[in-house]
Amino acid sequence: MSTATKTSRREFFKLGSLTGMGLILGFDWFSAEAKTPVVIQGAAQAAASGFNSYLSIASDGVVTILSPNPELGQNIMTSFPMIVAEELDADWTKVKVVQASLDTKNFDRQVTGGSGAVPHSWKRLRTAGAAARWMLIQAAAKKWNLPAEECTAENGFVIHAKSGNKLGYGELAEAAAAIPVPTDIKFKDRKDFKLIGKAVRNVANKDIVRGKGLFGLDFYREGMLFAVIQRPEAFGTKVKSVDAAAAKAMPGIVDVVTFKNNVAVVGKSTWEVMKARKAVKIEYEKDGNTESTADHNKIFLSLLDGNTATVRRKEGDVETAFKNAAKVIRSEYQCPFLSHSPMEPMNFFAHVRPDGVELIGPTQTPGTARQATAKLLNIPEDKITVEITRLGGGFGRRLKADYAVEAAELSSIIKAPVKLIWSREDDMTGGSYRPAVRYRFEAALDKQGNMIGYKLRGAGINSGNPTREDNFPSGSVENLLIDSAEHNSPITTGAWRAPITNFLAFAEQSFMDEVAFAAGKDPIQFRLELLEKAKTAPVGPVRYDVDRMIGVTKLVAEKAGWKKKPGVSQGFSVYFSHRSYVAQICELAMTAGKPVVKKIHAAVDCGEVVNLSGARQQVMGGITDGMGHAMFGKLSFKDGVPEQKNFNSYRLIRMKEIPQIETHFVDNGIEPTGLGEPALPPTGGAIGNAFFAATGRRLKTQPFVDDEAYKAPAVKKQQPASTLKKERKP
Amino acid sequence: MAQFTLSINGKQYQPDVAEDTPLLWVLRDHLGLVGTKYGCGIAQCGACTVHMNGSAVRSCLLPVSAIGEGKITTIEGLSENGDHPLQLAWDEVDVPQCGYCQAGQIMTAAALLKKNPKPSMEQIDTAMHGNLCRCCAYHRIREAVKLASTKI
Repeated sequence: MSTATKTSRREFFKLGSLTGMGLILGFDWFSAEAKTPVVIQGAAQAAASGFNSYLSIASDGVVTILSPNPELGQNIMTSFPMIVAEELDADWTKVKVVQASLDTKNFDRQVTGGSGAVPHSWKRLRTAGAAARWMLIQAAAKKWNLPAEECTAENGFVIHAKSGNKLGYGELAEAAAAIPVPTDIKFKDRKDFKLIGKAVRNVANKDIVRGKGLFGLDFYREGMLFAVIQRPEAFGTKVKSVDAAAAKAMPGIVDVVTFKNNVAVVGKSTWEVMKARKAVKIEYEKDGNTESTADHNKIFLSLLDGNTATVRRKEGDVETAFKNAAKVIRSEYQCPFLSHSPMEPMNFFAHVRPDGVELIGPTQTPGTARQATAKLLNIPEDKITVEITRLGGGFGRRLKADYAVEAAELSSIIKAPVKLIWSREDDMTGGSYRPAVRYRFEAALDKQGNMIGYKLRGAGINSGNPTREDNFPSGSVENLLIDSAEHNSPITTGAWRAPITNFLAFAEQSFMDEVAFAAGKDPIQFRLELLEKAKTAPVGPVRYDVDRMIGVTKLVAEKAGWKKKPGVSQGFSVYFSHRSYVAQICELAMTAGKPVVKKIHAAVDCGEVVNLSGARQQVMGGITDGMGHAMFGKLSFKDGVPEQKNFNSYRLIRMKEIPQIETHFVDNGIEPTGLGEPALPPTGGAIGNAFFAATGRRLKTQPFVDDEAYKAPAVKKQQPASTLKKERKP
Repeated sequence: MAQFTLSINGKQYQPDVAEDTPLLWVLRDHLGLVGTKYGCGIAQCGACTVHMNGSAVRSCLLPVSAIGEGKITTIEGLSENGDHPLQLAWDEVDVPQCGYCQAGQIMTAAALLKKNPKPSMEQIDTAMHGNLCRCCAYHRIREAVKLASTKI
């Protein structure tokens, strides 16, 4: 097994002709349903055919597949070829994966985001593998002059059991290319899967552990220049004047150029430009509000109390429901901005030449990088190439192409190839954060403890819509109002792993717990009753799969032994995120007066699990990521300036702080529904609810370490639900 | 510019760099050894971890002038064929997600196992606590270090 991340398509074809490609199949990425592949006779034809990604089998039996989507740790370079190899019955040790460059003529959705790659390509990849397998069998049968129905394929060979005939795919590839492509391809029964659902190691492991240069920052080319950019320290300011004389005189410095609000220091090595940057004197002036976190706290309250909210979903008559309620519960939850902070900071290589543009680097959206560069430099898109390197993490930050476009603009100004490097401080203070949000929840209960009314107002800072109005409990409550109000700020925001739901899930699932306790009901039973209602008597459209949500809820309750572990403080949370369903139960213990998250049980319904090893990683990593940011994550502002600039003040979770995690996948054979994000959102709620079970106190703000309830020293034993009910008379 | 003779992975190098240049950037920009990563520049994340005389050091804050006779080992020099027990364990346990921090993680773990070939889980956690993994592959990092320790 080997991977080559820097092989461009042109090189791929060269490679193909050198090793003697037997069968090359193109298959259509653009149609919603997988279409029949076509055989491509040679590279030149392939390029002209209008067909797209290639599965090829060389005469030495090596199966090569182009992986179009950027790899950032979601393990797509392993799971994509696994799906092809499964249907092909290939010998996995002879599968080679090649990262494709941006190629919008031949691929669609060359994007890493929204947990969408496998759901999008599942059928396409299966079709490619199954068609090739069928053709190889036909080719063998023809050669042996035996009925194809009597032949099978296994581990890279076509076999005729009765006669003992056996031929390798490499030997058959050329003949298979002459077989007409089947129009009706039957997929394998999932019970016959040999690869899908098994734990298969990451194809890049060997390169990674040897320190091979796979990432954007590892790209070097003879003669290229290095650059760092000083951007305004405060959001809401702009450059007034620049004095770069001292910096320009420093060793290794080629130039200091200012464009927009960027002061770029260009030189011959990374260290030299980093050093010289400190010698540039820049004056800034106001260009908008320079906001502080204290301002945002006031803004949130005025948005929540104001009348500027946009209605997102409305059912029944909320006002009457609340008027008639036996009990009303009201609660507010707030989160700060977060930085994405992938371990590899933003960077890109750009070379703008008179005849075209070359872009190379780590991006979740190579197409956006090209479009934006084309627009900025007024160069046709077909003159711009984008090579996708491995990404040292993304978490949504690399959905934006700002840093690639900066590199292109700089290269066009200095007329030289340049690698633009963001320092860690640039990366953390340079914007595009998870938006800060505050929610106000209200619930109305009748005398029996049924939730007859529900209100949610989200107040966000550059959050777009901070609610997910069609998520649970929508569909299960007769009278419901979900709206949101927005503050526009110079502080830039963007998608952060599980956008919006990364905090909304915590707030909503904590509030559900509050309401359940106020109703005197078991938190899981309370949710199950609501879900039952959404199923049998839905109120308005229900845009989540109620059965799958119930399924993970019951599974995690069973696996974790809900309420069956005396002395263990448990907290439950369940969430529909993107297209998948995850329920979690947290076990928390108070140790020396401090809460310690001991264990998190997770039940996950992501449909068919492609790679069990990668899937477990996404769940364990997602939960730990969710816990880390809920506990510690905070980016605050003073006069427009981020107060955390590096990992000494911006706290990420570390080894000693991780809990045990136990993962259970639902085995239901549904087509894959994605797993890059879904495990993260429920974690905060499970922890917060377990904390309540242990202490009787509610965590309502993140990071938890700053929450007054978290910091309070007294440890109060949880009261039985029945007592609570009596205490909380309307 | 001063001249320095550096011993890295058993080879001698004489990079032409300023004396305050951190070893990290000498390795990456001048010697083509890009396995050692830049993560924070202030010794907080561990992505740049290399060995000096067998001990784990953060190359992002180590000026080239301070190395002297010190023998440097980077991820590229940890083993001849990528077969150090930790490298094998990293593959067996299937540790990497994005993979960016892993060279630093392995170098930190290698220094630990050199000093303490049979560490307890607690000792592993303490040794690895300084290395960030933003993908949060911590569970498998811990498992792989333990596995490697059984094979040394």
